[in-house]
Amino acid sequence: MDKLFQILTRISASLVFIILVATAVVLYLTAKPAIEEFGLGFVFDSRWAVTEILEKPAESPAGSSAIPASDSASDTGVRTVDTATPADEALVIDDIDSDDEFDDDIDTGEESDSNTREIYGGAVPIVGTIFSTLIAMIFSIPIAMGVAVFLSEIANEFTASIIGTAIELLAAIPSIIYGMWALFYFGPFIASIFGGSSVSLLVAGLVLGIMVLPFMAALSRDAINTTPNVLKESAYAMGATKFEVIKDVIFPYAKTGIIGSVIISLGRAMGETMAVAFVIGGIFKFAQKPTDATISVPVVLANNFAESSGMSMHALFYLSLILFLVSIFTIYLAKYFFLRKQS
Amino acid sequence: MSNKMEIKNFSFTYKKAKAPSLHQVTLPIKANKVTAIIGPSGCGKSTLLRSMNRIHDLYPGNKYEGEILLYHEEKQPQNILDIKKENEFIELRQKVGMVFQKPTPFPMSIFDNIAYGLRLTGLKNRYKLHEQVEKALRDVALWDEVKDRLHDDARGLSGGQQQRLCIARVIALKPDVLLFDEPTSALDPLSTLAIEEMIFELKKNYTITIVTHNMQQASRVSEYTAFMYLGNLVEYDTTETIFIRPNKKQTEDYITGKFG
Repeated sequence: MDKLFQILTRISASLVFIILVATAVVLYLTAKPAIEEFGLGFVFDSRWAVTEILEKPAESPAGSSAIPASDSASDTGVRTVDTATPADEALVIDDIDSDDEFDDDIDTGEESDSNTREIYGGAVPIVGTIFSTLIAMIFSIPIAMGVAVFLSEIANEFTASIIGTAIELLAAIPSIIYGMWALFYFGPFIASIFGGSSVSLLVAGLVLGIMVLPFMAALSRDAINTTPNVLKESAYAMGATKFEVIKDVIFPYAKTGIIGSVIISLGRAMGETMAVAFVIGGIFKFAQKPTDATISVPVVLANNFAESSGMSMHALFYLSLILFLVSIFTIYLAKYFFLRKQS
Repeated sequence: MSNKMEIKNFSFTYKKAKAPSLHQVTLPIKANKVTAIIGPSGCGKSTLLRSMNRIHDLYPGNKYEGEILLYHEEKQPQNILDIKKENEFIELRQKVGMVFQKPTPFPMSIFDNIAYGLRLTGLKNRYKLHEQVEKALRDVALWDEVKDRLHDDARGLSGGQQQRLCIARVIALKPDVLLFDEPTSALDPLSTLAIEEMIFELKKNYTITIVTHNMQQASRVSEYTAFMYLGNLVEYDTTETIFIRPNKKQTEDYITGKFG
């Protein structure tokens, strides 16, 4: 009986590890054709689902007119990694109907497959993810720190318990609800202040910020609460004011825990899909300013899986593999900070 | 013999507690002497000590009654229970320094730990800071041990060194009164001895009140001893009297180990 129990627990524990490894393997295997095709240049290439002509063009079709003639003629057979200039994108990329499969139908109709190649590059969503996360962090870190300090050091017990509960409830709201709220209320509100469209990088970043705020605040509060009372008392006993105690004793003491909470929130913000899909715009285009619409990695995945196959599918898997690795790395980093705190 | 502080009919009630934890305590603290407060756990000795620099006030809702007078050299004695403003609290706590049971190094370097209080008082001159940090560390006989690693994290020191650091940190502010709350209960016998020797040196310049569980310690370091029991001051006299021929039966029982 005891033996059986041991075996059962062992199986449960290994299951977690197997799932992790299996996910990584499947992601890698499915992404492999795309990795072989595009290599690391994928990360820097801003073109997505753009048709490139490899052999000399019989006649220039409308859809691919943007590719310079000399370029495509001379580089036959060689993989061309164009450094995307803004002019290129503007011409090649379909701005308006991002959900459609671009001009594939026209291209394949006019030319045989051997002559053309679909180019996929992840630069636009990757940059979109980086910037939306960055905006989220810039917005949420100061507020979360304020909330955490208020709850642990300034508020009386009653207020702290009320606001603490509110923070925890905020963390329990499903992301789709944030998305709907942002699309119908928050986005237009931000647009009325900063201009631009009601779906934009800025709105997405701010919504992400609001979403991770409760996590960051609650975790930072817990980190701050680990400061021993006697340590604070000794600082007060030397004539420090509350602000000085918070700045000189509590923050340095709780530093690693606070950094860990920021990194965990960062990981959440990077992977968030639903709310961002509502408000980022879903356009394959670099945002020139924060109020422009763009796209992020999880949103590309969510929007395009249904109608992708072949290389576009592999490219999506490549993108998801990147997200997977970055997320794991982030969580690991957070763990490192949390564990170091305890030793 | 002049008093440095004087506790008069002092009662203290913790927040939400029904009965007071200290009843009508009256006790003088003689200048430049060591006063020990002894008694079993929960007798209120730490509560009394923590009232003397009003550190209780970090947690609102406690109630004070009576008077605690602090004598100044030139000014009138001040009843510290009247203090309400933050800057007065700061002034009081810099005059009446406190060392806690467990060493509490701040999360910063050894140098910054000592300089912290000085910087709070507005001292910015690097040369003067260094001079005073060195002096404080020499006063607690820590200088030779740490002079080569002043900028290392203070939490890397041993327990005994950390406690001496905390004492140096307090005396760097040149307080009038030093309050020790069981300063050696977390330390090994050797570190305890070092701290006791230091207290012996320090009383030349400071008025010291020490709360201790350890009666041998009280008899070694103090000139005056107060015995407390269940929130009452049972007996206060010279240490000699208390330990050799106490007037009260309760004191004698405690000293001889019959209870407590």
